[in-house]
Amino acid sequence: MNGTKTTIIKPKKTFSWNDLKEIWQYKELLYFFTWRDLKVRYKQTVIGILWAIFQPFMTMVVFSIFFGKFAQMPSDGIPYPIFVYTGLLLWQFFSSALSETSNCLISNQAIITKVYFPRLILPISSVATKLVDFAIASVILVGLMAYYNYLPNLAGLLIIPLLLLITFMASVGLGLFLASINVKYRDVRYALPFFIQMLLFVTPVIYPASIAGKYSWILAMNPMTGVIKAARSAILGGAPINWELLAISGVTCFVLLVFGIIYFKKTERYFADIV
Amino acid sequence: MNPIIEVKNISKKYNITHQQGGYVALRDVLTNIAKSPFAFLKHKAKQAVGKAGKEEFWALKDINFTVEKGEAVGIIGANGAGKSTLLKILTGITPPTTGEIRMQGSVASLLEVGTGFHPELTGRENIFLNGAILGMAKKEINDKFNDIVKFSGVEKFIDTPVKRYSSGMYVRLAFSVAAHMEPDILLVDEVLAVGDAEFQKKCLGKMDEVTKQAGRTILFVSHNMGAIQKLCKKCILLDKGKIISAGQTQNVINDYLHSETGPTAAKEWPSITKAPGNDIVRLCAVRVKQEGRIIDAANIRLPVGIEMEYEVLKPGHVLIPNYHFYNEEGVYAFVVGDCDPLWQKKPRQKGRYTSTAWIPGNLLSEGILIVGAAISTMNPVIVHFYERDAVAFNVIDSFDGDSARGDYAGSIPGVVRPLLHWTTQFSDSGIKV
Repeated sequence: MNGTKTTIIKPKKTFSWNDLKEIWQYKELLYFFTWRDLKVRYKQTVIGILWAIFQPFMTMVVFSIFFGKFAQMPSDGIPYPIFVYTGLLLWQFFSSALSETSNCLISNQAIITKVYFPRLILPISSVATKLVDFAIASVILVGLMAYYNYLPNLAGLLIIPLLLLITFMASVGLGLFLASINVKYRDVRYALPFFIQMLLFVTPVIYPASIAGKYSWILAMNPMTGVIKAARSAILGGAPINWELLAISGVTCFVLLVFGIIYFKKTERYFADIV
Repeated sequence: MNPIIEVKNISKKYNITHQQGGYVALRDVLTNIAKSPFAFLKHKAKQAVGKAGKEEFWALKDINFTVEKGEAVGIIGANGAGKSTLLKILTGITPPTTGEIRMQGSVASLLEVGTGFHPELTGRENIFLNGAILGMAKKEINDKFNDIVKFSGVEKFIDTPVKRYSSGMYVRLAFSVAAHMEPDILLVDEVLAVGDAEFQKKCLGKMDEVTKQAGRTILFVSHNMGAIQKLCKKCILLDKGKIISAGQTQNVINDYLHSETGPTAAKEWPSITKAPGNDIVRLCAVRVKQEGRIIDAANIRLPVGIEMEYEVLKPGHVLIPNYHFYNEEGVYAFVVGDCDPLWQKKPRQKGRYTSTAWIPGNLLSEGILIVGAAISTMNPVIVHFYERDAVAFNVIDSFDGDSARGDYAGSIPGVVRPLLHWTTQFSDSGIKV
């Protein structure tokens, strides 16, 4: 018997490095939560995992018809469906991860009040689930490029992990705030879909960032602007990557993540009592 | 050797907020700030210097105890005594306000069977998910998978989603996963309240085996005195967040049953908002009566009335008051539901009701009988409240020779002792001496 392991329970401090070590110890649980969410989501649906593709695909079709065709939205010389789908992919990853993270404590309250595990696992697994969706939906982009005979910049694909990391930090950072507030104030659940919808219009998904002209600094305040712009530049070519903008996005998101974690840890001790 | 669990000065404080609804809306907070910014600032300032008049509630206060390796310790107490809070602190679900706990070795908790079970997943999938949530490694679950399935007895349905399981199968599978954890310390809440009697016995046997043979340590919270007595040599009695008795199980159980806060012959809930119940009906009082008076000790030969006073807050529901009787060992004596034809199918109007169940004289056995009071609705079954240990009374036989005891003075087993109608026939056998 390994009598070496000692558990000490004390009044909780706000944050310590041990918390991160603990998440590593619980990585199997992280895997199981992600696995559960993926498995459960498409059970008893007719087209199953295809839902992950269906949603962004239909959005792309509608946007292409109304914004691309009728409104003649500029797209920096790239076929509009490809242009909008590249933005949509990252946008959907961000928005779905954000809303899932914000609700993760509420939807798992039965477990939170009965078993101990590092609570940070829940938001992380929510985002991991959405990452799988992202990967599946990316297949459509490849198809679109083949259809339009559009050759992407293959070297530009190397930047994608970095962009995903920034998006991950943005959605988890913001999501952690919202999840903590959501435990106490359930308003978040009602306000968030509206907020996300608004955010779509201040992010260059439907239109190119260049459309804002001298007011583009407003768009630049939105971290997703840098990410989506960089994705288009890298994969679709056109304007060179604006590294400065991307760096600002990266730093902003990192700060967001750090504050999100600190706030989450600070309020974590109440979750089981008031959820 | 150091004790395996060491609990030092553990206290837990809750701040009571005086609000009716479940949660606060951000909107209300914001409107309050907008309406009276000064009051808000003043309140915040007071909070900052620690003078705010918020109401504090100590769910636990200065709890100290130690548990040696291989011991099974029971924790008992009335509802709200702090048992579950203590267990939640031990498991780490909620942190203590002050104090420290040291535990040697791996710890697992069982506050509920089937935590995290997902209805859409199959039995097989849920075993893995639940196992992981309970802290088992994937490899460990793989190794024990066959044993788990066998113990649960649901082999045939292992690839069926658990939403199609009967509740019995569900509980069996859930407990089976839990029973195969191998922690050094196991913390168990009232989990045996579910499942059929036979399965409960199997579970108790398994837990007994775990402590006695494998030398594991168990902390067991329960209302079931029988289970506590069977499993635990030692016991802790909590009341209002404090330990008021600890030691040999039988002594502690006696302390509980004879303490003021243990169940008595009458219990009232003066504040309707804090009484057990819901929007439809709330409990006001439960009383044990004999010959028109509230009594602690009931004469075995006379009828005993268990009276329940309750307030119907929403009209139009058919309500069935019912009582659950069990003895000091936690053995269920019987359950009775209101079968007065006048009310059995009739939706109730708003207002105050008093229902009394009459237990005939010469039916009960001697000793303490504990009564749980509940009101339910059938089709679909809704339990509006169930107050365990609502009241208790002591049945006493005065040895006058006219009860079922007759002239026998020794102890008589059994939860009931009816005075039956006997007949004896005599026939002359014709043997001559």
